[in-house]
Amino acid sequence: MARSMNLVLNVWRQKNAKDQGRFVRYDAKAINDHMSFLEMLDVVNEDLAHKGEEPIAFDHDCREGICGSCGMVINGVPHGPAKSTTACQLHMRLFKDGDEITIEPWRAGAFPVVRDLVVDRSALDRIIQAGGYVSVRAGAAPEANSLPVPKLDSDQAFDAATCIGCGACVASCPNASAALFTAAKISHLALLPQGGPERTDRVRKMVAQMDAEGFGHCSSHKECEAVCPKDISISFIAKMNRELITAMSVAPNEIKSRSKG
Amino acid sequence: MQLDSRAPTGPIEQRWNEARFKSKLVNPANRRKYKVIVVGSGLAGGAAAATFGELGYNVSCFCYQDSPRRAHSIAAQGGINAAKNYQNDGDSVYRLFYDTVKGGDFRARESNVYRLAELSVNIIDQCVAQGVPFAREYSGLLGNRSFGGAQVARTFYARGQTGQQLLLGAYQSLSKQIEQRTVKMHPRTEMLDLIVVDGVARGIVTRDLVTGKVSAHTADVVVLCSGGYGNVFYLSTNAKGCNTTATWRSHRRGAYFANPCFTQIHPTCIPQSGDYQSKLTLMSESLRNDGRVWVPKNLADLQRDPKNIPEADRDYYLERQYPSFGNLVPRDIASRRAKEMCDLGKGVGPEVAGVRRGVYLDFGDAVKRLGRDAVAERYDNLFQMYERITGENPYEVPMRMYPAIHYTMGGLWVDYNLMSTITGLFVGGEANFSDHGANRLGASALMQGLADGYFVLPVTVSNYLAGVKPGGVDESHPDVRRTVGEVEARIQRLMSIRGKRTPESFHRELGTLMWDYCGMARTEAGLKFALAKIPELKAEFYGNLSIVGSGEEYNIMLEKAGRTADFFELAELTCRDALDREESAGGHFREEHQTEEGEAQRNDDAFSYVAAWEFTGESLAPKLNKEPLSFEYVHPSQRSYK
Amino acid sequence: MATQKALTLLDTTVGKKAALAVSGVILFGFVIGHMLGNLQVMLGAEAYNAYASGIKSKPLLLWGVRTVLVAALLVHTVIVLELYGKTIAARPVAYKVKKHIATSYAAMMMKYTGPVLLVYIIFHIAHFTYPGVSFGDYDPIAGDVYANFVNAFRIPWVVAVYVIANLMLGMHLYHGAFSMLQSVGLSHPRYNNRVKNIARGLAFLVTAGNVLLPLTVFLGLAK
Repeated sequence: MARSMNLVLNVWRQKNAKDQGRFVRYDAKAINDHMSFLEMLDVVNEDLAHKGEEPIAFDHDCREGICGSCGMVINGVPHGPAKSTTACQLHMRLFKDGDEITIEPWRAGAFPVVRDLVVDRSALDRIIQAGGYVSVRAGAAPEANSLPVPKLDSDQAFDAATCIGCGACVASCPNASAALFTAAKISHLALLPQGGPERTDRVRKMVAQMDAEGFGHCSSHKECEAVCPKDISISFIAKMNRELITAMSVAPNEIKSRSKG
Repeated sequence: MQLDSRAPTGPIEQRWNEARFKSKLVNPANRRKYKVIVVGSGLAGGAAAATFGELGYNVSCFCYQDSPRRAHSIAAQGGINAAKNYQNDGDSVYRLFYDTVKGGDFRARESNVYRLAELSVNIIDQCVAQGVPFAREYSGLLGNRSFGGAQVARTFYARGQTGQQLLLGAYQSLSKQIEQRTVKMHPRTEMLDLIVVDGVARGIVTRDLVTGKVSAHTADVVVLCSGGYGNVFYLSTNAKGCNTTATWRSHRRGAYFANPCFTQIHPTCIPQSGDYQSKLTLMSESLRNDGRVWVPKNLADLQRDPKNIPEADRDYYLERQYPSFGNLVPRDIASRRAKEMCDLGKGVGPEVAGVRRGVYLDFGDAVKRLGRDAVAERYDNLFQMYERITGENPYEVPMRMYPAIHYTMGGLWVDYNLMSTITGLFVGGEANFSDHGANRLGASALMQGLADGYFVLPVTVSNYLAGVKPGGVDESHPDVRRTVGEVEARIQRLMSIRGKRTPESFHRELGTLMWDYCGMARTEAGLKFALAKIPELKAEFYGNLSIVGSGEEYNIMLEKAGRTADFFELAELTCRDALDREESAGGHFREEHQTEEGEAQRNDDAFSYVAAWEFTGESLAPKLNKEPLSFEYVHPSQRSYK
Repeated sequence: MATQKALTLLDTTVGKKAALAVSGVILFGFVIGHMLGNLQVMLGAEAYNAYASGIKSKPLLLWGVRTVLVAALLVHTVIVLELYGKTIAARPVAYKVKKHIATSYAAMMMKYTGPVLLVYIIFHIAHFTYPGVSFGDYDPIAGDVYANFVNAFRIPWVVAVYVIANLMLGMHLYHGAFSMLQSVGLSHPRYNNRVKNIARGLAFLVTAGNVLLPLTVFLGLAK
């Protein structure tokens, strides 16, 4: 049977990128425990609107845990206390009457706040733009089964490819590092033969872009892995490091000079 | 206006080839002079924008999300069909074509459907080359499964995330073009109107969702891939932001809206748990392979713990009514029977607005028969998802399910070239009406989006551009400025109502009305009631709407209000179309038109046409234009599942 | 592309971390040897002094090793400072509430154990090697490292400093052992756990040995 609870929210409010921002306390009354976390915020927002106050802005879209839009730090943990779960799939039954909940946006220099809990994650898009693709024009593809891929490689590539680009890894990292995000795409494509031809160039460009965006470095805290809604493993970060070290130490200049000689 | 489908004639196998050969081409050196606008970045829009970029056009792509990677195509779970016949089980392009026409209940254009089936094979090649990690067998070759009752295994899949993986493939190609500066991406930007100059689409008016700035973007061609309108029902499996504004505003500028009443219901979604519910979550239909659907026989048992209800007091109504198909009857039948049970007061689960909307989907027998491990192997991820949302463990307590709106087959009318009735306005993906007829087969939405984006639009838009001089209209053109002015006035109007009700509450009320009277089963009286009620609600909207804040900033209430305003108008048209179509076909079920067994009954003599509605003016009745459908290859037949 | 060519491995955070790992491995290797060498103190004055003079008798090796170690320490320090500056900039606004749910205490303490260890290393060199300092009622005797050792660790606060510093070294190595494998990309699902356990086992042994050393006098293992 449904439980009803009253909560106190401490929510980060910031009108726009230039605003200083501050925490504001709100009462969330008569919250049904079957609500999702975002539905709880919907209820608070309707209440605010009735009082003539501006609703709390937060990114959200599919509410099924796959689009990667939503994301907020709930009581110190990106996406909240449930493992492998995005904020939209977090349900209020994990909270109890009287709880005080602090809600903050992702905090990172590379993710400037747009408004309230909404941040600008375009830095992640630019990392993909730097090389996170296979350059195949529409129509240029060979017959799909002409290139068998060992199932284990394919499965491992898949594990990396499940990244939804929500940015929780950055938000959780003590260094605000985007290593897990970047590594996931690099690994996804490096594990597949299709990604082979551009492999060395890709890792160099993507890591360079990751650094240029102002993300921190990886200190192997594993916080990213712990909050990742898709359980992406930090062993992909090791893979990215290996890829880059190989790319920049043996390829491609070395290969060039060898072929000349 | 006489609707010309421009569908080629001749042998169906050669039509697309012919059409491609006859298409005019743009000299590669001249392409960058042509500006192409793509609205939407999902499978259709993302693929189209990337491909136009690859061809060398000057592309601008718009999406309301913060990144093109988040378009709602991402949420598709099941898979994508393709006539590869890798399983050697008798599949072919022709069979996929045949199944799709039949599945669409003979309300789709044969030429389009054949092209779709033909291109399906290229899509798989393309996606695999991009690095989409489709399921593979131990041989390293691609795996397939049979989906949605198909007799052949032609569905390619990527765990339960096929949509995501395909979209990321398109997004990556798009990202490359953004890097190469052939595509300029405009995220967090919403199209609010279409610019039409002398009857030709010449651009769009947008609002920057962060700053509130309204601006005009002119172009030589506009391509809408802005998705479906399922959110007119408020509760649906669509993403919260999905809306009809781009298509509806284009409709008001002269693009005909086709078959809006063809909406698809998915039978297995997690039921609503309360009146705060913001969306519904779909659970894979595969659950019906092993789960048994039932409701309590006695009304007294409704609130009883289902475990304590003895076998004799359970009504396995699908098995009772359809002994041969049982729980595996098609989507629409399963959906309607569930609704019937709940309308009879036999629904289970929480009461929302006075009705319990849910039926049990019980795995008790499956666990007994196969063992818990075997059930877990098949469904554990789904069970976990269900438990996360409902807090109930399906191994212990029967799941509860209820149908929900899932996809809309209707959309802007397009010809074979995917051009609307406005010259220079092309429409792809779910936003158009073209390929699915009255009902869409499982795993065919992704196929259509990508076929349009990668392969059809690049040819047909190029053909159009070849006949156009680039850069005819700029932002100072009076028609452009007038359209911008109209958009600003509309925003101003919404902002200045200063009433008491939030946009959300209006949207919710409209959705409930639509679901009750224009949902799974429709009647003349119900539709007429809705048609009387919607204008009343709309009038209240324009008299009592409240939006906090201003239009010159990030304003989620204003966004919502604009989308809701357009949903009102679309809702009316949908009801009118449903009322007008005096037959049952695919996703459209009129209670007056059913067989003795309660099956949908088509009326091919009177309704074998596409209903293309023309906007005639504010508060004027829309005009119905008909595109007759003829079937040269697949001849209409009535289905039976008894 | 010009920008690509100009970029070297060490310009990237990944490259810097790899350099940190390589310098870390060198220092890690040294502390293992250093610990094993000094445990000979328990074999008595003769053996221990012979070990010390043995090292001194090979100046080329001694100064070679010292050069490598100083270089490694320098690289380790400079890179950490560089990375630390970037980290500060990477999160200009701190969280009001932040829980750490996966990381270890050792990992979170790296930014404190690092500087403490640097100070400790300087102290330790000054204490025993150059110039050699007495904190008690004795004079260091050049050539009699055994006596110096025993005299030094008769003083309780000196023992305390060494024990605490070496516990910090243990924490530093515990996280470093795992992190350096990540940084240079040594990761394989089959061997990951084994390799990590070996690295952490080594860290534990070094710590145990190093904590034991200053306690030997009190425990009567060296007189």
